[in-house]
Amino acid sequence: MNAAALARSRSAPILLGIATLAAFIALMQVLVETGLLNRFIVPPPSDVALAFERVIMEEHILARFLLTMQECVSCAVLLAVFGISIGTLLHKVNILRLATETWVAAAAAAPTVLMYPLFMVIFGRSATTIVMMGFVAGLPAVILKTIEGLSGTKRVLMNVGMSFKLTPWQMFWKIQFPSALPTIFTGFKLGLIFALINVVGVEFLINFGGLGQLINDLAERYDLAGTYAAICFVILVSVCFFVVVEWFERWLTRAA
Amino acid sequence: MADAGRLTQATGMRTPAIGPVTLVRLAIIAAILVGWEALAQSGLLYRDVVPSLLAIGKAIVGLLTDPDYYWHLGVTAYEVGAALLIGGISAIVVGLILGGNKFLSRAYEPYLYYLGPTPKIIFFPIMIMWFGVGPPSKIALGVLSCFFPIALSVAAGMRQIEPVLIRVGKSFRANSWQMATKIYLPAMRHPIINGIRLGLGVGLIGTLLAETKLSNRGIGFLIIQAYSLFDMPRMYAMLIVLFMLAIGANALIGRLGGLDQIKRF
Repeated sequence: MNAAALARSRSAPILLGIATLAAFIALMQVLVETGLLNRFIVPPPSDVALAFERVIMEEHILARFLLTMQECVSCAVLLAVFGISIGTLLHKVNILRLATETWVAAAAAAPTVLMYPLFMVIFGRSATTIVMMGFVAGLPAVILKTIEGLSGTKRVLMNVGMSFKLTPWQMFWKIQFPSALPTIFTGFKLGLIFALINVVGVEFLINFGGLGQLINDLAERYDLAGTYAAICFVILVSVCFFVVVEWFERWLTRAA
Repeated sequence: MADAGRLTQATGMRTPAIGPVTLVRLAIIAAILVGWEALAQSGLLYRDVVPSLLAIGKAIVGLLTDPDYYWHLGVTAYEVGAALLIGGISAIVVGLILGGNKFLSRAYEPYLYYLGPTPKIIFFPIMIMWFGVGPPSKIALGVLSCFFPIALSVAAGMRQIEPVLIRVGKSFRANSWQMATKIYLPAMRHPIINGIRLGLGVGLIGTLLAETKLSNRGIGFLIIQAYSLFDMPRMYAMLIVLFMLAIGANALIGRLGGLDQIKRF
């Protein structure tokens, strides 16, 4: 295969990516086995692979996974209800939008996750703190994208609605909201990603809940292989989550 | 004459000193402050969970006049700066390589794309084992946090460079280094600055969260110390000052990006 054909090939880059990953894992194994890397700092990848079964069977990973997902679903409901409602309100009341849109954008840039000690004081070391942190982190993205989506409704669609003499309520539900749905979902997706990051992060930091706590627990027990396996599991869950959300977004965009 | 009359009328008109948007903003701020103070005085929540505005104000003044605070701020600034420097440079190099080569981009960029939004704080136990409990582990977590958004932004920016600029460089027989410094980097200032802006935000969060988890210095440590001592006014003060600094730094980098645009035209 010449260079041009290689560049055009669909499978060659994917294979290269997988081969690089496999080579990296093999290199780590060799470095640890030969003593060049301390096995008390970096466990051999074979130990990590074996630890997967132990982590899944002994650490109740399914229950932990469901708990983390439950917290994420709670965040998603709060984001959908409050984020879209606030975004719609700001779109409808223009002066309120002009007054607060820059604040919402600033809140999106602020490190809100650092408020977790404050939330622990208010809500205690509980799932409520974790859910509220996820909600606060994802809210600005949903609000901003809802405003953007509703403001971007095509003039021609609005004219069609007016020609049918739709009431403002009908105009919103039949024209503006369906037209804005793909953009709103993009915001919802971003909000959900921020929420997931914060949920797992705060679980780890306050040592409470599902997958985040598992990593903290294993690290505190100095179970190195288990810690690495749990981190790999969380990465896998995150990646699957993003793939599913992205797939759903593409489907929604096509349907709209 | 009619024009002159209109002109006189126009110059005679006074624009209100405070516009309606500013008025609404002031009203919202006033409502929040009054609501806060009412809640603080009502005793509905546990004592000190919602401290009075006076207590928070005093804590902010106390914080800003405390030399220790600036020492801790310096530690955090050093960690974030080092993380942004190391992570930024490596991310720009990776971004340039991936953006300039479609094959490598298709091979490796999906990994960056999907690893980017994972919660980086979960890597902190590994960073402690590799780099110890001091500042290097916080810097490492900051590097890990800021690497992905900068690399992805640079790679995307590289693909958006106008082909004519690249052809000009090649027609002058510029070597790889000259192409990078004379063509690619100047043409990609905006994506790079935007990437650095994003990277600064997540790098700051990564570093500060690591400080709250295990440290004896830095702003993150001070926040968790205030939590441990239940010094709520001080915690609010630190969060307010920190948010102002983070938003200010973000706006400053954004302004730099804007300035570039002005110079370009």
